[in-house]
Amino acid sequence: MRAWFAQHRAAVASALRRLWSAPLNTLLSLLAIGIALTLPAAGFVLLDNLRDVGRSASGVQQLSLFLTVEAGKKDVAEIESRLARTVRGKWRFVARDEALKRLQASEGMAEIVASLPRNPLPDAFIVEPAEAAPEELEALKKTIAAWPKVAHVQLDSAWIKRFDAFLRLGRLAVTLLAAIFAAGLVAVTFNTIRLQVLSQAAEVEVARLIGATDAFVRRPFYYFGALQGALGGLLAFALVAGGLRLLAGPVAELAALYGGRFALAGPGWSAAAGLVLAGAGLGWLGAQLSVSLSLARAEP
Amino acid sequence: MILASGLTKRYPGGHEAVREISFEISAGEMVFITGHSGAGKSTLVKLIAAIERPTAGSLVVNGQNLAALRKSALPYLRRHFGLVFQDQKLLFDRSVLDNVLLPLQIVGLPRREAVRRAQAALDKVGLLAREKARPIALSGGEQQRLAIARAVVNRPTVLLADEPTGNLDAAAALEVLEIFESFHRVGVTVVVATHDSQWIERYRPHVLRLDHGRLLAA
Ligand SMILES: Nc1ncnc2c1ncn2[C@@H]1O[C@H](COP(=O)(O)OP(=O)(O)OP(=O)(O)O)[C@@H](O)[C@H]1O
Ligand SMILES: [Mg+2]
Repeated sequence: MRAWFAQHRAAVASALRRLWSAPLNTLLSLLAIGIALTLPAAGFVLLDNLRDVGRSASGVQQLSLFLTVEAGKKDVAEIESRLARTVRGKWRFVARDEALKRLQASEGMAEIVASLPRNPLPDAFIVEPAEAAPEELEALKKTIAAWPKVAHVQLDSAWIKRFDAFLRLGRLAVTLLAAIFAAGLVAVTFNTIRLQVLSQAAEVEVARLIGATDAFVRRPFYYFGALQGALGGLLAFALVAGGLRLLAGPVAELAALYGGRFALAGPGWSAAAGLVLAGAGLGWLGAQLSVSLSLARAEP
Repeated sequence: MILASGLTKRYPGGHEAVREISFEISAGEMVFITGHSGAGKSTLVKLIAAIERPTAGSLVVNGQNLAALRKSALPYLRRHFGLVFQDQKLLFDRSVLDNVLLPLQIVGLPRREAVRRAQAALDKVGLLAREKARPIALSGGEQQRLAIARAVVNRPTVLLADEPTGNLDAAAALEVLEIFESFHRVGVTVVVATHDSQWIERYRPHVLRLDHGRLLAA
């Protein structure tokens, strides 16, 4: 147990020494790995923010139900009783006169309304169903549209559905991007480790001749790959967090212009841990592939 | 301790460097392997250290038949040996002390104790004052003694040295051989391959004389 610990400690120390002894190479590898991780990480953070925007904007979902112009009081009562039977949630009746009055009240519309020979607006209901799943709203819309004297039903949250689909597509794209860059990270590690193995050939040979196991010889390279990947992940986290901090001010101003309050959410600590772990894991994988290939050839 | 019978090594290409030789080395013996250049001395040392595998015959070390040993068992077998290579194989990218630490790191000795033992080994070969130097800054004789310190630091039961006095003058060679003699006195089996037969009179070792891969009668 003590021997095991001492060996791993020595391997980590040796990996750190190797990272430190070629600062320029290390820096370049870290940049390559960091940037490879930054792009998908930034993508995920932006998608998360967009999803939050979507959620806050879609808090209230409405169906607007317009009756035909000739619908009378009896028809309105009929619709009302049907709503009571089918819809769980709230609704509100907007009489055509009331709608006209409101239109008149809004700026610049008074003269236009006054010039109309008669009220062109229909009676309407604003329905706010309790359950808001896009599919159910869609079904409800179809049901209501088939009722008598209903001219048109408008689903005010149709865009939510499209937005959802868009988000799913974005997520898929970013995931593909992440896979590609992960492969890149493995390749970068593969190459740096290959060079390491070449430059450490003498040490590897001597160590083997005097009784080093395969694991002893490989360990420092694994730690090197994992450490390099983890540091690259940390760099990526810093880049994403820094970039969002730069964007946060302008975004808040923009949101204020539209009367909203929206703050960009940065990557959390779990994202940092995720990036570091992903970097370390992929680095380890690259090192493993590289060491297996380059040491197999050096076997006595 | 070491028992060879009909031991043969044919290198790829067909050259038989060692041909059907048989001998026995008992624990605690001091043995010289002598012979002309190309006689097969290094090959025999490598066979004993399980660096090369025999083509035919058997070689039993510490009760283990090397010809039948699994590859994964090799590292543990080699740890019984202290090896001094003909080309020394020092690592020039690290200090004298770090060179001697390597065998101890391999067995996983905690750092502090490893340093203590490495320093004791360096002291034994008279290099403690140079522990922070790089091997490149040492003289030929000092490099040879460094190689010996690395070989003995792990307290091997068998010390195997290939031409340890290779390019040393008589005084430096004597110094090195005296170090081997001191290990022999405390019970370590010492096997030295050397083309230099002038020391045989002095130490009266068990001599294995090779000629074109064959063992000559003593
Ligand atoms: N790896 C190898 N492949 C092929 N032939 C080899 C190999 N190593 C040694 N030989 C040959 O085997 C023979 C014995 O070599 P070896 O190195 O054992 O001799 P030696 O007695 O140690 O010589 P020296 O005193 O010059 O060190 C030589 O003819 C050499 O050319
Ligand atoms: Mg030789």
